[in-house]
Parts: sequence; structure tokens; C-alpha cells
Amino acid sequence: MINLETPRKFRAFVNQAHQVAAEMLRPNSRKYDLAEHAYPVELDMLAAMVDGLGASGTGSGAGAGGVRRPADAADGVVNGSNLSSVLSIMEMCWGDVGLLLSMPRQGLGNSAIASVASDEQLRRFDGVWAAMAITEPGCGSDSASIRTTARLDGDSYLLDGEKIFVTAGGRCDAVVVWATLDKSLGRAAIKSFVVPKGTPGMTVERLDHKLGIRASDTATIRFENCRVPAGNLLGSPEIDTGKGFAGVMQTFDNTRPLVAAMAVGVARASMELTRELLAGAGVEVDYDRPVHRQPAAAASYLAMEADWEAAYLLTLQAAWMADNGRPNSLQASMAKAKAGRTANDITLRCVELTAPLGYSENHLLEKWARDSKILDIFEGTQQIQQLIVARRLLGKTSAELR
Amino acid sequence: MSRQERTKGRRDAIGVGVALLNRLANSRAIDRLGLRKQTERAVFEATRTGFRTAGALTRSFTAAAKHAQPSRLPAAKGTGRFDLTPTEDQQMVVEVVREFAAEVLRPAAADADTACATDPKVIEQSAELGLSLIEVPEDLGGIVTERSAMTGVLVSEAMAHGDLGQAVACLAPAAVSTAISLWGDQTQQATYLPAFTGSSVPAAALAILEPRPLFDPFTLRTRWDRGRLTGMKSLVPRGADAELLVIAAQVGEQGPALFLVESRHPGVTIEAEPAMGLRAASLSRVILEDVPAVQLGTFEDYAACVRLSRLGWCALSLGTAKAVLDYVTPYVNTRTAFGEPISHRQSVAFMVANIGIELEGMRLVTYRAGSRAEQGLPFAREVALARRLCTDKGMQIGTDGVQLLGGHGFVKDHPVERWYRDLRAIGVMEGGVLV
Repeated sequence: MINLETPRKFRAFVNQAHQVAAEMLRPNSRKYDLAEHAYPVELDMLAAMVDGLGASGTGSGAGAGGVRRPADAADGVVNGSNLSSVLSIMEMCWGDVGLLLSMPRQGLGNSAIASVASDEQLRRFDGVWAAMAITEPGCGSDSASIRTTARLDGDSYLLDGEKIFVTAGGRCDAVVVWATLDKSLGRAAIKSFVVPKGTPGMTVERLDHKLGIRASDTATIRFENCRVPAGNLLGSPEIDTGKGFAGVMQTFDNTRPLVAAMAVGVARASMELTRELLAGAGVEVDYDRPVHRQPAAAASYLAMEADWEAAYLLTLQAAWMADNGRPNSLQASMAKAKAGRTANDITLRCVELTAPLGYSENHLLEKWARDSKILDIFEGTQQIQQLIVARRLLGKTSAELR
Repeated sequence: MSRQERTKGRRDAIGVGVALLNRLANSRAIDRLGLRKQTERAVFEATRTGFRTAGALTRSFTAAAKHAQPSRLPAAKGTGRFDLTPTEDQQMVVEVVREFAAEVLRPAAADADTACATDPKVIEQSAELGLSLIEVPEDLGGIVTERSAMTGVLVSEAMAHGDLGQAVACLAPAAVSTAISLWGDQTQQATYLPAFTGSSVPAAALAILEPRPLFDPFTLRTRWDRGRLTGMKSLVPRGADAELLVIAAQVGEQGPALFLVESRHPGVTIEAEPAMGLRAASLSRVILEDVPAVQLGTFEDYAACVRLSRLGWCALSLGTAKAVLDYVTPYVNTRTAFGEPISHRQSVAFMVANIGIELEGMRLVTYRAGSRAEQGLPFAREVALARRLCTDKGMQIGTDGVQLLGGHGFVKDHPVERWYRDLRAIGVMEGGVLV
């Protein structure tokens, strides 16, 4: 039966996440925006609590650890950890995107591990805070052309190369690194490796200064003859040229809805405050009157809210499909594309509508408008999502539609 | 199980599909009317674009009251789970309607557009599918025992994938039967609904729009005063055929409400009002001068009617927008320029991607509104958002559909120009359809 409401069994959990966002993240939002690179100590206590939530069953913490696909969801309709994860991330990012990204043990690397690790690896890396390292100075969206290499040497691999834009790269316990086993074999040779912090040959070189999400550290990490056990390779070590990129890319089907959820959350924060400020200025939004009979600000708000609703539901759909074991690459990319561009547009328009109140640091509106930009870039830019959607709809390969 | 055999037991929402299928199978299959492979089609009543006539007068509705109280459909009981799967019966209904849309509506679309009319056989056959029964309670001869707005949404979407104009023509009587079952008193239900559940469904229309800029359905100029209606209604589907009209009008200083009007009254005049699109729906102006009318439902019911009608238009836009996507996809893959398919260019491919992304968003937002309406939850916000989205993105999809075909999109050899004209209706129309 078609129903797009928050599942009854997640309501208490979602409310819990909202309380955390309101009472813990929001009050610290401006502080860590101004004090870039200061460690948000408040999060340690919170992380312990989130771990507790995750262990308690239905809830799956702030989300990133909980995206493993159920082995069989054949019997009935499942509302599982993918859905609860996006719902909780929406609430947390209504609080603060940068702080969510700094939540210990909830990194995107954790999602990668949860998505493709073997059961043995899952146990071994349990409780590890894992960042994700894909991008290099010479390659961003074109992740197939990474230059970081992994050389088999006995029962370990030697990693060499430089990774940039590693979210939580300074604070995490380990990094999931993409490296190629053999550059001549293209995408199929790209594998991901879990590299624990402190491994000799791994250096955090610098932390970036950014437009937004300043509470979250973004690191450059260098690998020089960095030796990791062969058992830290996630997925199959075989180079299957027929399968291509599928192995490592599978992670994205799970993480893109999470990033879409971040966008949905921050956009809602902007809209709620804007609506409040507009009401104070005498502008109320009417859902029944034609928009053209309402103030332009109300009409503009309605247009934003309509796009927001689409982004919100596309995100839930992608997560729901994952919960139910259905292939969701197309829907994950649709959600990420729509949510990324919508959140950026909404947060920027809210600044315009609220004028000096929005642009100054009195409120968080200007911060949200800076935070939102990255959400249309990382985990695949807007343009990459459109490429993926287009290839799927048109039945084109990446060689045909480039 | 046939309707005759079925006497006891509760048919849940879910019985809808079976009941519809049964009607179809029992009565007449699509082939019987010979619509599937029609080789030649007369242009029906081409002169209609210029008529002016009195209201249709064919049957008389006999006032009756056989129930002590009006029959009311309870809200559908939700499962509490997030779920995008239609019920099995909804899937079956949609399958039948989709086939009808593909094999009957789509092939007839161009001619119906030119003729400014839908072939009466097509309308008759759509009536046999039971389209006007989807919201009528079982104890009044319909087929449901609880609200089924979501089924209405799915059916409208499937119909409009065939052709929006004919879909509106076929669904117009259902708007009236739905309004009467949702809001009519026991006398109104007993008087009018039997006609809609019988073998020959009357033409009927729900008329809200009035001809002026910035039209607002909550500020009407058509007035009801001492039992009589005076005013003008615009873009009414099949107005000339309609035997029964549901008219929105202002009641004194109290607010707008719905009124039932039998169109054979001499104070009713119908004028053709052909428009940019929806031409197969034979859009008309309805002029009312001192016409006796009884109120249908409350002021709150009127607000619900406006919302459910907007929801119906959103659902229709989904079908037509999907038709655009389905049409342009093979086109851009086969059309070549500069030595390769034009779909190998990002500027083309990204337009298709955005059609897909926005359409999926429109669909989900519309479904949420429909599902909330069906479950008895407040849905004004969700309908407003669906309308905004389907108006803006639906039109964008319409214009991109033409753009992707270039000059070929501008000529009538391809249907995209019709879909462009039809999709402009979504933000304009009020009334006409109801889910």
C-alpha cells in the first residue's frame, strides 16, 4: 500500500535525533564554524550515545554505519537501516552538517566498509572511525584515473600516492583508500584498502580552509611505501575486467542517499527559520490560494518547498529500495542530483529573502548557504549524477556518453 | 466472483481491482467495440468548435431517498510503513487502464485533438471500465468500501499516458459521481448516483473556473442567492453533453460551496471554449442565469474538492510527462548529428536526465498527497506542493520534449507539440477532474 509518511516504528527514533540536533549540534554550530580545525569535544560524548542507539536495534546511529544491504528482504516490505539512516541524517543536518560529518565512527569510510566488507572484515573494523580517500590532486570526478598505486608484496600491499579532500581525514582512526593494482587495466584494477592511522608511510600533510562545513576537517594525506595487510583490501582482490568498476562504485549507491539526506536536512533548517522570519514580517504562506494571489516572498517559499518535498521523497525512495534489496543506482543518483541542487538553491534564496538578517552572522542562514555548496559536489557532483541518470535512462555506456 | 454472487463480506479497498476487471471481462472486452484496430475514423462533430447551445437534455433524474443517512467512505487504514508498492488490485486496475490508454487513447489522440471531441465510443468504453465507480461506495452501487484517492491518482496517471485531453473527457463524469458520494446528502446520493453506476453513465462535469486573470477558486463571482445560481464558468469539460453539473459558487458573505444543477434548465447556456490544449475534452463555457440549484456539501467540503481536483490534475500531468520521456528517449538515441546519436552529447543527455529526475520528484510528491488524502490525513500542503511542482516541472518537460525534437517537435507529425499544449493546463485548471 502506497504510503510516504515516516514509518511509525521510526518516529521515536527520529524525534531523538532531532533532540540531539537541537540541543547539541545547533548550540555549537557557530562556535566551530568560527573556530575551524578545533576539535568539537562535545561530539565524543554524543558519539557514545549514538553508538548506543545503533546497538539498540531499529535505529542505526547517525547513519553511516548502517547502510549494509539486507541479505534477503523477500518477505514483505522492509523499512530498515537505510531508511532510518537517511531520516536520522536529515535531522542531524538540520542541526549542523559539519558536526554530523565530524561524528566519530560515522564516516563515509564506515559506509564503504559496511557496503562491501566481508563478515570477517566487518568484525575486525567494528568501532573504527573510517574516512574515505578517493580524490587526488589530478583527479576528482574522473575517479577511474586515480594514480595512487597498490603493489602486492608478500602478504601485504604497498601504497603510494596522494589523496586530497579526505573528510575527517585528520581525526579518523583509519582511511579507506582507493588505489589501483595495475594502471594499465583501468577501472577494474581499482580496489579499496583500509589503512589504519599510524601506519608507517602515511602522513596527514595539511588541513584545508573552506567555504563551509568548517567544523569538519578536510585533510590531504600522503602514502609512501605504506604497508597494509592484504586482508585490508575490501571486496575481491581479483581484477575482473568484465565487472569493471562495479565493486568500489557499489558504495556510492549506499552513500549518495546519505549525502542527499544531508542536503534535505540543511535545506529544511533554512526554510523553517525563513518562514518564521517572514511571518514576523507579516508574510504567511497559504497552501490553498493560488500563488499569484500571494506576496512574492510567499510564492517563492512555496516553490522552494515544492522542490524540497521532491528532494526529500526521492531520498527516502532510494533508501527504501536499498532496504528492500532493489537495485537503486538510478534513484540514488536522482536523489543526490535533486537534493544537492535544491539545497544549494534554497539556502541561497533564503538568504536573499531574509536580507541583512540572512546575510549577517546574526543567524545561521548565511552559514547554511555556505555549508550547502559542498553537498552538490562531494560523493559525485551534480554533473556526474546527471551523467549517471542519463546513461541509465538512455541505455548508454560510459564510452558512448562521456 | 461476480457482483451478483457477491452479497456478504466486506470488500476492502482492495476489492476495487477485481471488481473493475470483472466488469470489463464480463461485459465487453476492448475488442468488442472495434476500437483497437480502427483503420478509418470519421472526424466527429468538427463543427463543435463554434457551437452555442442549450444544456443537454436527455434524461430526468428522479428525486429519491432510500437511505436514512448519506453513505460515507471511511479513510483507508494505513500500515504505518513507508511503501511505494501499489496494492495488487491497484496494479491490476492500472494494468487494464494502461492497456486502454495505449491501445485506444493514444492512437485516437491526434484526431480527437483536431475534432475537439473524444469519440463517443471511447467514452462509452471508458465508462465500462468503471472509472466513475472508483470513489462510489459499494452500498450505493459503486465498488469501494473506503476512500481510494490513491487509486484515482494511479488511474488518472495511466489514462494521461495515452492522451490527456481524452483522459479528461473520460474522467469528467467521475468527478461528479465522486463529489456526490463524498459530500452529497442521502437524497442527492439516491437521486443521482444510480445513473453513474448503471449501464449508461451520463455526461457530467465539475465546474469551478471562471474566465478572468488571477482566478482564485476561493473568490468566486458566480453567486448563489435564494436557491438560484447566476454566473459564468470556464473550461468545463464536455459542457455541451453534460446532463448534470456541479457548480462552484459564492454563498452570500459566507464563502464558496458546490451546487448541483441539472443542465436541461433553460437558464443554462453552453458555449464552446476551445483552448490551447485539452481539445479532446470539448472545453466549454457554462453560463448560468437564475438557475435553480441545491448545495452539495459544506464550505469545508468545497476546500477539499478544490484540493482533490488539483491532485487529479497533478496525477494527469505525471502520465503525460512520462509519455514525453518515453517518446524522446528512443528519438535522441536514433537521431544523428555530427556523425553520432545526439544523445551522446551532454547538452541533450542532461535534458533527458532532468526530465527523469523532475518527473520522479513530481510523482512521489503527488503520491504522498494522494496517499494522505486516502488515509484521512491533512493534505492541503502536499497538494499545494504537488501542484507547484507539476505546473513548473511538467511544463518544463513539455517544452523540453519539443526542444529535443527541434523543428520536428514543432510539427504535428509527432505528438510532443500536443503534450506541450496539454501540459500548460496543469497550473491553470481547477475542477473538471477529481480523485
